[in-house]
Amino acid sequence: MKRFATLFNAIDQSTKTTVKVAALAAYFSDAEDMDRMWTIALFSGRRPKRAVTTTKLREWAAEASGVPLWLFEESYSIVGDLAETISLVLPLNASVDNQTLTQWINALRALADVDEPARKDFVLAAWQRLGGAERFLFNKLITGGFRVGISQKLMTRALSRATGKPEAELAHRLMGNWHPDDVSWHELIEAEDATADASRPYPFYLAYGLENTPEDLGDPSDWRAEWKWDGIRGQLILRDGNYFVWSRGEELMTDRFPELARAIDHLPPGTVLDGELLVWQPGETYPASFNALQARIGRKKVPKKLLADAPVVLHAYDLLEWQGVDIRDKPFAERRAMLEAACAGLPSDAPVKLSPQHRFSQWSELSTLRTNARDAHAEGLMIKRAESPYLAGRKKGDWWKWKLDPLTIDAVMIYAQAGSGRRANLFTDFTFAVWNGNDLVPFTKAYSGLTDAEFRQITAWVRKNTLERFGPVRKVTPHHVFEIAFEGIQASPRHKSGIALRFPRMSRWRQDKPLQEANTLDDLNEMLRIYG
Amino acid sequence: MSPNPIITFTQQGIYCPAGDFYIDPWKPVDRALITHGHADHARPGMGSYLATHLALPVMRHRLGDIRAEGVNYGEMRTIRDARVSFHPAGHVPGSAQIRIEVAGEIWVASGDYKVVDDGLSDPFEPVKCHHFITESTFGLPVFRWPDQDAVARDLNTWWRGCAEAGKTAFLGAYSLGKAQRLMAMLDPSIGPILTHTAVENTNVVLRNQGIYLADTVHVTPELDPKQYPGALVLSPPSAQGSTWARRFGAQETAFASGWMALRGIRRRRTGDRGFVISDHADWAGLLWAIKQTEAENIYVTHGYTDILTRYLNENGWNAKVVPTQFDSDASDEGQGRGDDG
Repeated sequence: MKRFATLFNAIDQSTKTTVKVAALAAYFSDAEDMDRMWTIALFSGRRPKRAVTTTKLREWAAEASGVPLWLFEESYSIVGDLAETISLVLPLNASVDNQTLTQWINALRALADVDEPARKDFVLAAWQRLGGAERFLFNKLITGGFRVGISQKLMTRALSRATGKPEAELAHRLMGNWHPDDVSWHELIEAEDATADASRPYPFYLAYGLENTPEDLGDPSDWRAEWKWDGIRGQLILRDGNYFVWSRGEELMTDRFPELARAIDHLPPGTVLDGELLVWQPGETYPASFNALQARIGRKKVPKKLLADAPVVLHAYDLLEWQGVDIRDKPFAERRAMLEAACAGLPSDAPVKLSPQHRFSQWSELSTLRTNARDAHAEGLMIKRAESPYLAGRKKGDWWKWKLDPLTIDAVMIYAQAGSGRRANLFTDFTFAVWNGNDLVPFTKAYSGLTDAEFRQITAWVRKNTLERFGPVRKVTPHHVFEIAFEGIQASPRHKSGIALRFPRMSRWRQDKPLQEANTLDDLNEMLRIYG
Repeated sequence: MSPNPIITFTQQGIYCPAGDFYIDPWKPVDRALITHGHADHARPGMGSYLATHLALPVMRHRLGDIRAEGVNYGEMRTIRDARVSFHPAGHVPGSAQIRIEVAGEIWVASGDYKVVDDGLSDPFEPVKCHHFITESTFGLPVFRWPDQDAVARDLNTWWRGCAEAGKTAFLGAYSLGKAQRLMAMLDPSIGPILTHTAVENTNVVLRNQGIYLADTVHVTPELDPKQYPGALVLSPPSAQGSTWARRFGAQETAFASGWMALRGIRRRRTGDRGFVISDHADWAGLLWAIKQTEAENIYVTHGYTDILTRYLNENGWNAKVVPTQFDSDASDEGQGRGDDG
């Protein structure tokens, strides 16, 4: 654990990418095989099965530190990270431990076979033996979620430096369902012909947002355009007679989308499609809203009724593998032509559809199309260079998303709450209201969009303008007007205002606008009528 | 509280009717008793100021031409029907808790305080009272200050590392108190300590009043950074990363504050390093101080007021939240506006 903690500190104590990559590369060059396998696993979101529930961890931590449970919970809500809260409330002690990361992980996994008192003894003893970063990391091994400022990109860069293999290849090797128990460092990273798991996806190619108009991109004939759908990005893999569905967050979601199984009947094995998962009723012109899809994402087992109410299709926009061959290096136009050919014979009830491309010869035509995106239930346009290969990760230059301008409304801040984690001592979570006659009706919360300087300014103001406190929530003098930007609006009986917004955030602090000039509930209802 | 309370909490600040004075008022009043010179406690516009002799020079420096009088620690003053004295709070040089006695009832307003000896300020001295007004900036059990010698070692290791790598070490700290405390923790054998004007101005004031501080070099526009290899630059955090800082070339940044105990806040600041050094009491320090006063009634201000209040009430005290406008973030812990630029 010491070696791993040293690595963690080196990464955590620098904001410089070069320093982080160098520390990781050094670690990958000299740590033991199992330790480096687990490090890759942990930093890419794979963690050992949870040996202890977080409820128990909280109770034990409160007990071991002599703090009442409510106080522990309050601390946790401010710190924002359970592993960190535990390591901070426990008495300070120096580390007296020499076990490796892998030994600790194995010891934690062995807890599955013992009873609760034995688990507790183990955890309490570990807290005594480990201090500082080691104690924090031990807790992280249990609670999971190693967000330590190491992106997949940085990790593959470091691995590339340590092994001499190209980054793109390593990114692909690290995708999918592997586990340090089943695969060795040699097999995962070094072996020439990695006998990959049939479910292994390709790294997603991610677009950058277009900041201005597309005129700067040059000749329109070099580019292709399609709708940017408001669903979830997914990869459908058909191999060896099976199908696999991966989300862009690298989550295997096959079981959630049983209707996609029928793709096997229509497309040959050795096919990998990149596209958008959307709820789309047969015969409808447009996809259903994201809310309908959300109901599906949340269910691991899908009841029949939901399957009928919210059928999912994949709108395919790229072909990554065809007849078992990785074709990501081919130009997009060529992949697209192959995709169109593959989809040509699909019956209308197939769960895969070709996502249409827009014909345009001038950028101005695309601008017009974009303004109509909302009518098509899309959130904007994707613009892709015809010659572009399918790259791994977010790369600038070939793929652009050109989103619709958000909807906006001017609202009054009425409640404020302090944030947690990075924002622990700032008021960052606000509730906003619109006028209904002389009353202010709350309709949304928003947390983001202001600069740190603005958050500090509003924090100082909240401290001085608190009218009432409800636990951590402060009712403040209605005074400040903010422009709230959002992507969509829906009727919602659960909310007092009767509406719910999608992705609300503060787009501007309207210090120029007097309180009385904020928008009204009627304005919101009008937006609901038009865009809902 | 009795029908004629000794202390009331008003729009202007903490008020004592028997003596007709305010403690650290945030709006202009005739007579203000000031615990220490940080901007959120010593505000401009008061008819008269009373503070410790040690705190006054900085106040005069910051507030300009004020009508002010100084007292020694422990010196008893009578203001109308109130007996008043100032006692070390250990927060910054000259900082005081203010004790008020009226008809046998004793109140103490702590201002800001810390209970560890920083080697610079007169150490915190518990004062027995019936009613204690305490801050709660770090009133959560996750705040537990590490041993300051160990932090000093880490700090110097970091500085030495920067010096060896040919980088300038930029250490952000507020100019009154924290900066001077850091100067005492730094190992001058590593290199020269350079100071931003805001820090140096405070240094000059403190040196003039006889407080010993390590040697520093004031960063003037003419100063040539090349003449000071291996230097550490002490500046307000707002100056880090500014054009002013850029002329020092390759650099690493660090910040010293109690908030650095939390990883999230450390990362939000996007500096390289955070050192846990605070001029406020940690959780254990707050509880210790409260116990030492033997007060039964505790008034909790600025910080995690609700949480500390609930804890105290559950453990036999009679505690209340008192809303104040002391913005402890802004004073010296580094989240707020620059202390004095």
